[in-house]
This record gives sequence, C-alpha cells and structure tokens, in this order.
Amino acid sequence: MKNKTGEFSPVDARRATGMIRLRGLVRKEFLQILRDPSSIAIAFLMPVLLLFLFGYGVSLDAEHVPVGIVVEKPDQDTSRFIGSFMQSRYFEPLLMSSIAEAVQALESGTVDAVIHLRQDFSKTLMASRDAPVQVIVNGVDANTARIISGYIEGAWIRWLGHEAKATGTDLRIPVQIEQRVWFNSELRSRNYLIPGLIAIIMTLIGALLTAMVMSREWERGTMEALMVTPVAQREILLGKLIPYFTLGIGGMALSVLLAVFLFDVPLRGSVFVLFAASSLFLLTALGMGLLISILAKNQFVAGQAAIIVTFLPAFILSGFIFDINSMPAPIQVITHLIAARYFVSILQTIFLAGTIWSVIAWNALALVIMSTVFLGISRRKFRKRLE
Amino acid sequence: MWRRIFALTVKEFLALLKDKKSRLVVFIPPLVQLLVFGYAATFDLKNVPFAVYNEDSGSASRELLARFRGSQNFSEVATIYSEGEISGIVNRQEVLLVVHIGPEFSRNLSIGRPGSVQIIIDGRNSNTAMLALNYLRTIVNEFNRTWIEHSGGTAPPARLVSRAWFNSNLESRWFIVPGIIGLLTLVVTTLVTALSVAREREQGTFDQLLVTPIRPVEIIMGKSLPGFFIGLAEATVIILATVFWFDIPLRGNVLTLYTGVILFILSAIGIGLMISSLAVTQQQGLLGAFLFLVPAVILSGFTTPIANMPPLLQDLTLLNPLRYFMVILRGVFLEGKPFHMLINQFWPMAMIGVANLSIAGWLFRHRLY
Repeated sequence: MKNKTGEFSPVDARRATGMIRLRGLVRKEFLQILRDPSSIAIAFLMPVLLLFLFGYGVSLDAEHVPVGIVVEKPDQDTSRFIGSFMQSRYFEPLLMSSIAEAVQALESGTVDAVIHLRQDFSKTLMASRDAPVQVIVNGVDANTARIISGYIEGAWIRWLGHEAKATGTDLRIPVQIEQRVWFNSELRSRNYLIPGLIAIIMTLIGALLTAMVMSREWERGTMEALMVTPVAQREILLGKLIPYFTLGIGGMALSVLLAVFLFDVPLRGSVFVLFAASSLFLLTALGMGLLISILAKNQFVAGQAAIIVTFLPAFILSGFIFDINSMPAPIQVITHLIAARYFVSILQTIFLAGTIWSVIAWNALALVIMSTVFLGISRRKFRKRLE
Repeated sequence: MWRRIFALTVKEFLALLKDKKSRLVVFIPPLVQLLVFGYAATFDLKNVPFAVYNEDSGSASRELLARFRGSQNFSEVATIYSEGEISGIVNRQEVLLVVHIGPEFSRNLSIGRPGSVQIIIDGRNSNTAMLALNYLRTIVNEFNRTWIEHSGGTAPPARLVSRAWFNSNLESRWFIVPGIIGLLTLVVTTLVTALSVAREREQGTFDQLLVTPIRPVEIIMGKSLPGFFIGLAEATVIILATVFWFDIPLRGNVLTLYTGVILFILSAIGIGLMISSLAVTQQQGLLGAFLFLVPAVILSGFTTPIANMPPLLQDLTLLNPLRYFMVILRGVFLEGKPFHMLINQFWPMAMIGVANLSIAGWLFRHRLY
C-alpha cells in the first residue's frame, strides 16, 4: 500500500502485512471448513433439516380431532346434531352407544373428547327446556384441549342456528364477536413459527460453529502455536469471525428463501433491513460462541454449554412459541438476556407486519449492546489467557 | 468380566467428573432449566395487554368491558378515542388486541337486536391470538347467558356442559413439566454417551482399548453405565422436583414410571453410543447428537401434538424413543395409567435401545477411519 508520495510508510506497511496475515488466517479457516464437512453441515444442512421438520412437524392447528359421540337414543334430533359435527373438517366423529364405551376410548386415547346426548335429549329439546349436552375433554394437553373446546362450541352454535331456522324461532345471541386478525388473517401457525425458527437456527449455527471450532484449537494446542507467531489477537479473532460470519449469512439466506418460496410465508418488510438485523444477530451469536469456547477450552464442555445456553433458551424463552407476557415476572426479566428474543420479535415483524421501525429499532439496539458485550468480553478474556 | 466392566466404568466416571467444568455442565444446567422452563413454558395466557375503543355510552358496554377487565387473562393498558390510533398501538406491539364497541351497541341490545363487538387482534403469534380469542369468547358467552336471564328472553333450547378430565383447570404446566423430565434426561444421557467414544477416538486411546482383552460387549457396558447412572440420578431429581416443587399430581404407580425411565435411558444410551461410534472427532459426535436431539424434541409431542403432523412425519415419530416416554410420563402422572396400558410404549423403547446398542458394538470393531 503506497502513500501519496508513492513511498511505503511504516504504518501502512504494518497495516498491509496485517491484512495479509488476516487474509491468510481467513483462507486457512475456509480451507478447514471445506475439508471438515461437519461445519458445512452445521451451516447449510441444519437450516434445511430444521426448517423442514418445524415447517411440517410443528403445528398447533388441530384438524380431524377424533371425538366420541354417545347417543343413548338415536332419532332425528340427534342425527341433525351429529350432522353438524360430521360436516366440520375439525372433527372425526366416532359414534358410540354407551358412556362406558366412550370413557374407555377417552382413557386409552382413541378419542380426545366425548359428547354425550342423554336419553331424554330430544324430549327436553322439544320442550325447549335447556337440554344439557355433556362434553368431556381430555385435559392432559391443556392447549389442545382448549382449542378442541373452542371447535366444539363453534359446531354447537352452528347447530343451534340450524335448529332455530328449522323451527322458525330466531336464535338470540345478544353479543357476537366480530374478529379481525391482522398480519395473519387465517391464523396459520406456520407463518409465525417459521420466522421464529430462523432465529433459533441462526443461534445454533453461530454459537455452535464458533464454540466448537475455537475450543478444538485450544484442545489441540494449535491456539498456543498461533499465539507465538506475529499474528495479533485481534487478527486471530477476526480471522475466526469473518469465515463463520460468511457461512452464517449463507445459512440465513437459504432459510429465508425456503421460508418464502417453499412455506409461502409472506415477507412484507424490507429485505435490506432483514439482512442488517440478521448480521447484527449473527455477530451476537458468534460472540456468544466465541466466549463459550474461550471460557471452556475443551470441546466437551464447549459443546454442552453451547447447546444448553443457546438452543433450549432460544426455543423456550424467546417468545418463539410461548408467549413472554404470560410468563412470571422474574422469568420475563431473564428473557431479556436471551438474544434470540429480540431477533424473533424483529423477524416476526419484518415477515408478517412489515418494516415497523418502532419495533425494529429497540430490538436492534438491544442486539448491538449484546454483541458488543459478548465480543468485548471475549477480547478481554482472550488477552488474559496469554499472561 | 465384571471386574473389567467395573474398572472401565470407574474410568469413564473419572474421565467425565474429574474436570470441574464438565461436572458443572452435567449437573447444574438441567436443574436451572427445569426451574426456568417449568415456569416459562406455558400456553396459558395471563395479562394479555389490550386497549379499549368504546364509542358507546350505554350500560351494556360498560358491563361487558367490566368482565374483560375483571379477567386475570387480560389487562387493560390503554384507552383510545379514534379509529386511527388502532393501527399504531397494535403495530408497536403495545397491545395484543383492541376491543372496539360501536355507538349503537347498548341501544341494539336493549331493543333485542344483536350487538357486535369488534376485536382487532395481532396475528403475529397466531397461537396466542387464537387462545386470546377463545378466552374472549368464553367471557362473551357468559355475558350473553346473564343478559338473557335478566332481559327475560328465550334461552337456547340446549346448553353445553363442558368438563376437562385429568387436568380440570386446563393448566398447561401440568402438561409441559412432566415432558421436561423426558427432555432433560434425553439431552444429558445422549450427550454424555455420544462424546465418550468419540473422545477416545480423537485422542487415540480407543485403539489401545481395542487391543486389550476387553470384549466389545464389555466396552459397551463400561461406556453405558456412567450415562445410565447419571441419567437415572437426574431423572429422579427432576421427578422429585416435579412432584414436590411444581405440585404436579403423580397419580400412577412409581414402579411403572421407573420401568419407563429405565427403558428410556437405555434407548437414549443406545442412540448416544451409536452416534459416538460413527464419529471420528468430538465435533462430529456433538453434531450427531445435535442432529438427533433437535428432531427428537420436536417430533416427540413435547410442545405440539403429534396428531397435527402430516402422516409421513407421524410415521417417522415411531422411531423416536422420546415420543413413547412422553406418553408414559403424562399417562402415569396425570391419568394414573396402569402398567398394562403402557406396554405398547415400553417395548418400542426396548427395541430401539437393543438395536442401537448392537449396532454400536458392531461399529466399534468395523468402523474404518
């Protein structure tokens, strides 16, 4: 690198050799990545595998729920009632003749709910006397049980409407809810799970890659060997960060493409903002991995720690699937320490709602702080090791 | 033979526990996770923030809103006075939903016409949105019932009487916490065993082990036992915490539960050792463990039901030991299922364990690297 007069200044020269060293380190790291297929697998195979699994495997939309319908005395009224359940795609009705049979089916798990029409159902119905319809739901899976109860109620109200029309009386439901669901009008759970999933995948890729790679160098002693060369610590760290950052962004791009083109998740915000936010988050994740590896220095501990402090918290505490507002206050405080939380929020907003700066700016700021802290501590701990 | 296995087991325990950091990662995080996840992993909504946009001045709307405010599930954080404010407050995620009551609401109700309540809800998290709508519907239904009683109208000719069995308050914690027993036991057991052979391979000591008189069966036993005891100890601690800390009812038999625990740990060890015998380096071992653990957790029914998956994936879950263990855990804890109703869950886990252990034993000798 020449200065204006065409001569090499000592500062420039030092910087230039620094760049050459850095380039050498980056090249070495890339070669290592290419030769050990496991890094490539982490960066590219894992996103695809996870997106497929989650995209198809994780669904909160219950359909074809097996429901036992006990009719003690079948007649026209009860068959109209059953008809309203037969039509719905949410149910898979199984007709039963006694409550004992239904209870057994409920206990063995063949049906998730039982609807019981007593012998006097038609009689009380004719007399308009508040005919009770007993419903028993298997409450083990509380979330599904609630969703199923909602479906049953829906089918029941439809049936009431038909009955009212048939008998000529009008069904009086004083207050009706008119719902408008924004950003995801069909309530497709995939639309919110997949953006959140991308955050989890990026956490894994970033943290696991760097944690394993760095701790391997410590374990094998190549890190010490590197330290006695003229390479500066900053260059060592950058030499590790740059290749894995590139790899991570590649994985990110792949995930976004799959989300949009394979899973039809709408991408309503700006791609550029998405890219910028992802870079920020990736830096945080890489910093986390770096810190873990520097503290652990052996692959067993680093690997365990990477999984324990990244995957599981990102899965449970990020708001990806469980609502943060509903957690107890101390846990809500803890979620602020999970980087994925901010990224999940950014991703869900950019994908479904658009570029809403008031949401993105705060979360991005949090990511900037977290990445600075992680990279800063790594840098310091790294230096201490030498003394 | 037993002395050799014993010696190998002791050596494995030492390799695992002599280092303070590995001791820590094996024991502390699962307990912390149990506590944090036990409280965090819930589908029950509390304090859902909502805003009210009420154009009606009558008493009916006030009465309905009082019901929303009185519910533990919702908390009012803002009142707005124009249609234009809705989008801002929802976009910024300050509220999950806005309750909009039109100016004619009370009048319509009083003359016997239906009144409608508009709910504008943020669908970015569709499950939360769906649950919130379900809660709202329950509140509105109750309002309707009292309204009909008071205004003397005709009630619908039939009424639903719903009950939930096994978990009458529908607390999702009862569902999730027993699941965590399986989740954490699986993670710990698989990780401990998945890295055990890979570590020796990487350090070159596995070749030495192979030339000693120890037979592959004995190596497998020696490598399995530490994982087995650690898994068992951890499962026990978590089970105790589930019962005494989280107050989840243990309605079934402890022996039935432990039959499940032991078979499950066996299958997890089998998979861990198989991964370990395939891996040349620890990184590969860890990656392998990971590529198994993540799908195993997702496809187990831990958070989302297997019944919602497409048929092909449902078939794939049959290979997953955690799937069977989840049924056992929830069956024994909440439903009090007896031994004979769970046999169909026990034998697949035993098969998975035995098959993987045999393959691992074969791979010890035949894997070329």
